[in-house]
Amino acid sequence: MSVGLGVAFGLAGLLSATLAVTRASAARTLLWLLVSLLALAGAFFALTATFAAVLQILVYAGAVVAVFVFVLITVDVSPAALARERDRLRRDWLLPAAVALLVVLPLLIGPGAAGLPGSASLPDAPATAGQGPGIPPLSPKAVGMLLFGPWAVAVEVTSFLLLAGLLAVRHFGRRPPADGATTPAPPPAGPEGGDT
Amino acid sequence: MPTPPMSPDDLMLLLTLAAALFATGLFGLLVRRGILFQLVSIEVMLSGAALAFVAAGAFHGDAAGQGMYVLVLALAAAEAGLGLGLYLRLRRTVATSDSAGDSDMVSQLKG
Repeated sequence: MSVGLGVAFGLAGLLSATLAVTRASAARTLLWLLVSLLALAGAFFALTATFAAVLQILVYAGAVVAVFVFVLITVDVSPAALARERDRLRRDWLLPAAVALLVVLPLLIGPGAAGLPGSASLPDAPATAGQGPGIPPLSPKAVGMLLFGPWAVAVEVTSFLLLAGLLAVRHFGRRPPADGATTPAPPPAGPEGGDT
Repeated sequence: MPTPPMSPDDLMLLLTLAAALFATGLFGLLVRRGILFQLVSIEVMLSGAALAFVAAGAFHGDAAGQGMYVLVLALAAAEAGLGLGLYLRLRRTVATSDSAGDSDMVSQLKG
């Protein structure tokens, strides 16, 4: 696996992402997004970041895109809606393209690789604490030791984020009661306690 | 598996690719008005950031790149779920046909 292969996969991811954001149909957009995410997973494999690559396939391309596909069911796909999207794309693409170009311009014309140390000058053992001498630096074991070790607090905070997201989505998905009350009626009382 | 020897030029190329991916997502976010397309564009932006982190981690031979990737991934998943939940809620509340599915729907919310 070479870095050149990683660059090729990254380029494929970039091209399919460009296609994804310029399609008029939501289904085509999601398919190109899937291609882009899988191409990035290939790039991660080529860079020997196997843990990130597998997570990309399982979670990003698997779960997140699946949730998008569920919502796709509710999207309007009549020819009039597609024609409307295409007109909008053709009309006002210039200013956003200029802004996007502004974002990437510093890296295209900028200092380049002049200020970066060569990877050959790095010591053998990376600076992450607690790693044994025989562990490959980018292996899942190294990532696990990082996430369970020095970064455990960050993982806990992330779990708070996910819990908050879960509760918020559950709140959004609640159907409001038909009589317009803001809080749903309490569930009917079950059999009175004390029977057991 | 040994770390591939990555030259600084390779890293700059990958970082430029990541920036281009981010810029593509930004372009999509600004141009599209359908909320679903805007959410897809945000996912593209996040994947650009993920590529930057993983490439830098591979260059330095540090697992922190993939660790940051895990955090970015959790953020992306939470944001996608919340964004889509909001989208479905908006569709249910504001159901006129000329701006159905648009970010213009938000301006029709009462209060």
